[in-house]
Amino acid sequence: MFRSALILVLALVATWLTLSGYFKPLLLKLGVISICFVLFLCFRMRILDRETAAYGTLPRTLSYFVWLFVEIVKANMAVVRAVLSPSMEVSPKVVKVPAPQKTDIAKSMFANSITLTPGTVSVNMESDHILVHALLSEMSDPADFAEMGVRSAWAVGEDMGDV
Amino acid sequence: MIELVLAATAPSESAVHIDWLSVFRFAGSLISLAAGLFFVLAGTIGVIRLPDFYTRLHAAGMTDTLGAELILLALMFQSGFSQMTLKLVLVAIFLLITSPTATHAVAHAAHEAGLKPLLGPYKAPEVDEGT
Repeated sequence: MFRSALILVLALVATWLTLSGYFKPLLLKLGVISICFVLFLCFRMRILDRETAAYGTLPRTLSYFVWLFVEIVKANMAVVRAVLSPSMEVSPKVVKVPAPQKTDIAKSMFANSITLTPGTVSVNMESDHILVHALLSEMSDPADFAEMGVRSAWAVGEDMGDV
Repeated sequence: MIELVLAATAPSESAVHIDWLSVFRFAGSLISLAAGLFFVLAGTIGVIRLPDFYTRLHAAGMTDTLGAELILLALMFQSGFSQMTLKLVLVAIFLLITSPTATHAVAHAAHEAGLKPLLGPYKAPEVDEGT
């Protein structure tokens, strides 16, 4: 818990300096007071655990974002092509995507990744699957969703085997 | 900036000093601003053309992701290595977290309210241009 508190303080200091940019004594004092107050609140709410300060998996998360960005660009191209073509052939579909992730954070990462990719929106979350609305028929392939699920779980520190 | 480009193309004997870093920054911001505007425009056209509520959400999501992020990237090129760039990075990260949440909230609300999605293949209706 001490370690997550330390990491949280470092992140808060970085955020304050980024947003303020002033080094006058009064403003620095106000920053210290705010950081202490936030730390006190986190301590009181008992959220100083690994899920709140999940900085241990930061390199994994960043490398996942690179992969996700490539996927977003590809999906954007497909949606742009479909929308701007004169006949606009789309085939909306609702599919049940299995979500076997164990932790809540891995599930929410997976659902958010689906929504972030254009052409697929997660509509409803049930206990073991996500209801997904897909715009194009090639976007409702279960294998693609399975790969994204494994990768997004890996990004927050849950190993689900190979892709 | 324009003066720099003009100075680079103008015929002159003396060696003109060109600040290549700002030339690249200007070109990069111009390209990514144009690409971002293209995706925002395509998203808007999609919202108008697509047939029902759920499909229109997809086009709106396109504006949120690549459109907004590319415009933010262009602004980062413009501001160079400064505190403003760090603020823009923060804005980009918050946008990546909040926009899927908002899209999901809207889709989930429609689903809970019992709005049935249009399913199956759909083609744009033919336009009768004879009249």
